[in-house]
Amino acid sequence: MPEYTWPAASDRRLIGSRLSRLDGPVKSTGKAKYAYDINRRGMLWAVMVQSPHAHARITAIDASAAEAVPGVVKVHLIQEVGAEIQWAHDEVAAVAATSEEAARDGAAAVVVEYEVLPHFVDERRVDDAPDAQAAQAETTGDPEAALAGAASRSKGSYHAAQIAHCSLEAHGQVAEWQDEETVTVWASTQAISGVASQLGEAVGIPASNVQVETQYMGGGFGSKFSADRWGVVGVELARMTGRPVKLMLDRNQEVSVAGARPSTHSEVEAGADSEGRVVAWRSKSWGSGGPAGAGSPPIPYVFGFENQTHAHTSVPTNTGPARAWRAPNHPQACFVTMRALDDLAHAAGTDPLDFFLKNIDQTGERAQVYADELEKGAELMGWRERYRPRGSSSGTVRSGLGLAIHTWGGRGHRSNCEVLAYRDGLVEARIGSQDLGTGTRTVIGMVLAETFGLPIEGVKVTMGRSVLPASGASGGSTTVGGVSGSTRRAALNAAEAVFERIAPALGTEPGNLSLADGRLHFADGSREAMPWREAAALIGVNPVSATGANPGPGQLTDSGVGGIQMADVSVDIETGVVGINRLVAVQDCGLVLDLKTAESQVYGALIMGVTYALTEERIFDPHTGRMLNAEMEFYKLAGIADVGEMIVHMMTGPGYDERGVIGLGEPPVIAPGAAIANAATNAAGVPINEMPMTPERVLAALRAGGMA
Amino acid sequence: MRAFEYGSPKTVAQAVELLSVEGAAALGGGTDLLSLMKDGAAAPSRLVNLKGIAELAGARRTAEGLHIGATTRLGPLADNGAVRESYPAVAQAVEAIGSRQVVTMRTVGGDLCHRPRCWYFRAGFGLVPMFEGRSMAKTGDNRYHAVFGNDGDAVFVSPSTLAPPLIALGASVTVAGPDGERTMPLEDLYRTPMTSDESEFTLGAAEIVTGVTIPEGASQNATYAVKNRQGFDWPLATASVSVSGGSARVVLGQVAPVPWRSAPAAAALAGGLSEASAAAAGAGAAGEATALSGNGYKIQLAEVAVKRAALAAMED
Repeated sequence: MPEYTWPAASDRRLIGSRLSRLDGPVKSTGKAKYAYDINRRGMLWAVMVQSPHAHARITAIDASAAEAVPGVVKVHLIQEVGAEIQWAHDEVAAVAATSEEAARDGAAAVVVEYEVLPHFVDERRVDDAPDAQAAQAETTGDPEAALAGAASRSKGSYHAAQIAHCSLEAHGQVAEWQDEETVTVWASTQAISGVASQLGEAVGIPASNVQVETQYMGGGFGSKFSADRWGVVGVELARMTGRPVKLMLDRNQEVSVAGARPSTHSEVEAGADSEGRVVAWRSKSWGSGGPAGAGSPPIPYVFGFENQTHAHTSVPTNTGPARAWRAPNHPQACFVTMRALDDLAHAAGTDPLDFFLKNIDQTGERAQVYADELEKGAELMGWRERYRPRGSSSGTVRSGLGLAIHTWGGRGHRSNCEVLAYRDGLVEARIGSQDLGTGTRTVIGMVLAETFGLPIEGVKVTMGRSVLPASGASGGSTTVGGVSGSTRRAALNAAEAVFERIAPALGTEPGNLSLADGRLHFADGSREAMPWREAAALIGVNPVSATGANPGPGQLTDSGVGGIQMADVSVDIETGVVGINRLVAVQDCGLVLDLKTAESQVYGALIMGVTYALTEERIFDPHTGRMLNAEMEFYKLAGIADVGEMIVHMMTGPGYDERGVIGLGEPPVIAPGAAIANAATNAAGVPINEMPMTPERVLAALRAGGMA
Repeated sequence: MRAFEYGSPKTVAQAVELLSVEGAAALGGGTDLLSLMKDGAAAPSRLVNLKGIAELAGARRTAEGLHIGATTRLGPLADNGAVRESYPAVAQAVEAIGSRQVVTMRTVGGDLCHRPRCWYFRAGFGLVPMFEGRSMAKTGDNRYHAVFGNDGDAVFVSPSTLAPPLIALGASVTVAGPDGERTMPLEDLYRTPMTSDESEFTLGAAEIVTGVTIPEGASQNATYAVKNRQGFDWPLATASVSVSGGSARVVLGQVAPVPWRSAPAAAALAGGLSEASAAAAGAGAAGEATALSGNGYKIQLAEVAVKRAALAAMED
């Protein structure tokens, strides 16, 4: 049995280095084919008929005119008469046709009659909500008494708007049946294995007969775990018509129904003692992410205080339903908590950096990591030299600093990997995982190459097919720990199997062999090390195969990371325009495999954070209940001109590496909004308490603070 | 999608003839029309591509001033040395679009005749959207709607990038139609419709914009745009200022159903550009504004845009 550990720092050649992503060239040259790019011979296009009403009952459906539209091959009714629609753009029927245009015309020709019912789309008016659900407050200690006795107190209302996932590649898939029992589905998904099972069940064939293929994926962020109704409908239409069917959502649908992050509105009071220690916290929150309302964000976030209470109210609305959005509930909780603590630091007359450090033990077991990260961040930001108390900046465009901290789990998920070693020297990993664009393919190859002592070019990664060894969905920062663990174990097992296979021909024992530097080494020095290709030639015509799984023997992954972020922003107090000067992110995630893709993950998260902090929100029309900005013109994603300078520092080395690999997808997207809002507050001199921080909201805050 | 005929005339006369059928639409760079067609907000029976008409392309000096043909693209226009030198207000306005792709495609005529970005209009409710007998925008979400000229039910904002600086510079527009050619002040191209059946342009049937002329004469001029996103984004408010020889023009964009000429702001600047007159111009412009239920902040943005455009013109 091999020893299932990561190589010691001195033995790593690839792990911890900066490897460019393996699929960078095919992506940047357009050769990479996403689900949207798949076109099959004889393929039909499908378009969905959507409800124009946010709340309605279907009273009649007539597809006859649609069936007569030239090019329309099949109209598939999804809803029945009598069905109650709970959000605008919900799917009622789907039309498959020989062209996208014909399918659109067909969808427009389906006549659906509705009894329109009253809708509720503005969860800010929680008192008007038809069925708000208030949960019992969670209380520790005696927050009322502690607040009353506090030396300094803060009070504020903090609001984070509902946002959409807005994946650049919309949801959808191309489905093609091979025979009556077997179907191939090119899907834009974060979960090939799970989607195969869901689709098999939905259309009544064994899950093993559904091959889901996802080589490249244009963004999911938590919104693409399910086969979804359009997945089932696409596969059904392909079966009904006997032709391949492409069904991809359009932008309007993508933003309206294919993903939402719940809003969070809150009121917080907090208190500190005369030493600047937080002693009391009282908060309530409410929010919505559609008909199921919104779960309770973990408030207070990261910190746990001796005396605290929080109560949450879930507000159902007639809007497209929420899906997991990168670190579900954490960005909202972080925003509310860090803004409130920043306000409390201000009330206590303390630099927030000192205030956080003074209270860092109240974060629990990762306190020292946060303290180290805050010092590192302060150094990168020049915090000690540059910080000035709130409102010190003068002039029209004022600058300020802010900080926030975050946490996440990130333990590796269940994953299986098969490693094959061929006699031509190629070593291949086969793994039923998917690369969302994060670098999963690259780190699998890196782990395999490291284990076999080969350059990255000497290995091949075969993934993105559900028929390969099953791996978990890519979500919750679980992928890198899962696939690196299964790949490492499979590769160690495969190397051992290679030694067993070729040792007799070399007249030695398997235990005498090892792989490094592209060569086979003999521990007893009986022979000169031989090139791997020569050694591999002894494998024979049948490749060596071995498997590995996560979880498994040895600690290769762990859970629980902390990170800190700092922002330097400008606020134009005449226009309310917030500009990012610099963002600093300091992040811990255990053993970093590929430093470059890890840093890229953080850069991407910061950009996403700038977006939800400054520009993006779902806007609903009070009259129709529909989204008014379900496109990319007024659903505003930040551009390169908005993001400023970004500095990323990964915590590595002793104290971090030995924990094993921990996921990084979620953590860095949690704190940007909070750090930027705290910096904007520091700059403007008045609390900036609403995201996105549009000119409209910033001017309102300035006016409320007597500044405009 | 409605099938359409496609014509690519070589002369203005041919274009006018091709446009003389019900439902025909003129095609410039397509940055507006194609998105309208995709949204289902336009379904022309015939597209008439104007870009093959040689006489409509490019800018040239004439006796009247600088004539800019309708199919001149915004990017090259803004990069034009003469424009940068004499009409920074135009170049700055184009820069504020924030998209190389858009300015590479969009034409001068297309920009001047750009349809509003009002989300009720784009969703098919018309330019003057009504809901249960009341203005849909006034009773709905109007954060991006008009703060000037909004006493009627039309509260969309004129989206043209070029109209404010060109009107500030005193430009005229030439249009051609079945009855020949006519030239008028550019601001007369615009009007506020009373119902969704009316157009926001004064163009007659089969009439097209063939070009604009900026009159001779030096002025201090500039444009300032306030945007939420600093790259590609529709400004929340813009102002263009032009001052010469004791007279001034101030035209605001993205704040009224038409490019909004502010007489009080112009009066404040007529005596010359200074920090005090710039501030007075901003305040003068804001004095004419009226907030709807959700767009009061745009009044302040309009005020600041005027002030900053005036300050920028002072440095011109």
